[in-house]
Amino acid sequence: MTTPAPAIDIQDLRLAYGRREVLHGISFQVPRHAIFGIIGPAQSGKTSLLRCLNRTIDFTAGATTSGTVRVEGADVRSMRNVYELRRRIGMVAPLPVGLPLSVYDNVAFAPRAAGVRSKSELDGLVETCLRQAALWDEVRDRLDSLGTRLSGGQQQRLTIARALSHRPEILCLDEFSIAIDPVTTMRIEDVLKELCRSMTIVLVTNLTQQARRLADRTMFLWNGEVVETGPTEVLFGESPRDPRTRDYVRGVFG
Amino acid sequence: MFTATPQVRRKARTEAAARTFFALMAAAMVVPLLAIVGYVVYRGWPVLSWTFLTTNPTHGGTQGGIWSALVGTIYVVFLSLAISAPIGVLAAVYLNEYAKDTWFTRVVNLAVVNLAGVPSIVHGLFGVGAFVYFLNVNGGKKSILAAALTLAVMTLPVIVASTKEALASVPVAFREACWNVGATRWQTIRRIVLPNSISGILTGVILQVSRTAGETAPVMLTGVTTWKMIEQTGLFLYHPITDQCMALSMHLYYIQTQASGAPKALPFAIAAVLIGAVLVVNAASIAVRVALRSRRKW
Repeated sequence: MTTPAPAIDIQDLRLAYGRREVLHGISFQVPRHAIFGIIGPAQSGKTSLLRCLNRTIDFTAGATTSGTVRVEGADVRSMRNVYELRRRIGMVAPLPVGLPLSVYDNVAFAPRAAGVRSKSELDGLVETCLRQAALWDEVRDRLDSLGTRLSGGQQQRLTIARALSHRPEILCLDEFSIAIDPVTTMRIEDVLKELCRSMTIVLVTNLTQQARRLADRTMFLWNGEVVETGPTEVLFGESPRDPRTRDYVRGVFG
Repeated sequence: MFTATPQVRRKARTEAAARTFFALMAAAMVVPLLAIVGYVVYRGWPVLSWTFLTTNPTHGGTQGGIWSALVGTIYVVFLSLAISAPIGVLAAVYLNEYAKDTWFTRVVNLAVVNLAGVPSIVHGLFGVGAFVYFLNVNGGKKSILAAALTLAVMTLPVIVASTKEALASVPVAFREACWNVGATRWQTIRRIVLPNSISGILTGVILQVSRTAGETAPVMLTGVTTWKMIEQTGLFLYHPITDQCMALSMHLYYIQTQASGAPKALPFAIAAVLIGAVLVVNAASIAVRVALRSRRKW
């Protein structure tokens, strides 16, 4: 019996903006149906890494990559249908972005872009995704109101619902909690624990304790290099392999 | 209780003085407009009437109304916008939404900026060569189409610039959110960018009406004549390809400088109609902008 391919397999990924290299050959694997935490201070390349994953890095002029990035076994850098790739990866940005559309249309946007036209299918999807994002009960009576008028915490859950709406196999969250209150954060964290039964979750976070609470495995990224990857309890335990990891998770620097 | 120290009082005085000074400068904007409109209407008043507006000029333009000139202006202006608006808006969408920073887009952007700086008389001369003779739209003669094409070339860079600005006012985060869920650039433009920038785009386009309506030099050389005897009224006075037309700006210039025997008030009356038409269009543009703004969604 062969072990299944990891959800994400990155080997020697380098990324440069013009002449400035920001990822210096990083390698790691994310197993299926795990919550994979990526921690590290600002400017360590976390967001850039995610953008290599769904090829939105293509939109940045002067960005060049090398190495291999595999998502569910498929080579991302040589992929022709990037839209299909982006649908397989749900991406949640740091700041909540409600599109200037109704709540319903926010969630139905991606399925429609992918060609779903059936009203009943869209209705079902919208409800499922809003439920998964723990937002349904708050907006079920005002699906017609503007997504941009929701509160910050609601908009962030709307963003998560939108990221789930195209049925991704991988969900990436980039510092999803920096704009929302602790109570909402805890609710979303519960949602994530639920979701990882059906998908792989990559959790990029500045809050080391959040990774500690949620992640099965954690990677410490620093200045564009992987300092250490391993089971979360090892990184946060008494003796991580690298002393910098211990200093960072204990708040000595960063 | 706070007691005002001399320093605080001095600061308050400076603040008030600065505020008053800036406000005065802002108020000064209104003065030329009121002066122009007031003076023109005052001088043109003896001739101005509804009949003046709706009857055609006679006696070489020195008597009668200005209907055919007004219609001519409308023909030239709207035909030119019908040409320049689609091209300009689509070019701006490409430049703002698709284009990467390459030598090609730099050349295009440079062309836009410099085209906007070409004097209108030069556009006129170019129009004669390019549209009247080279493209030969009317067998080597001036025509409304040639004039409209000339004005279109002239307004294009401004429409491109104003459209780019309107598109750029839509936050990048919206576009990124769309791309992240697998939407193509076109889907993003169609669903998010255009609906939220259309009011700015339309405003930019409509403002070009007032600019082109007043242009004399380019149309004089390419499609507008000083005098044309026209009997019938209504809107269909000219054939856009084979006819030349009269126009308000040209008519004003001709009456003031060349024609003899016109009443002294006539040029001012023509100017008043020209300004009135422009104000009507501007008001319409503001109405459109307000109506579309209220649908803005963030």
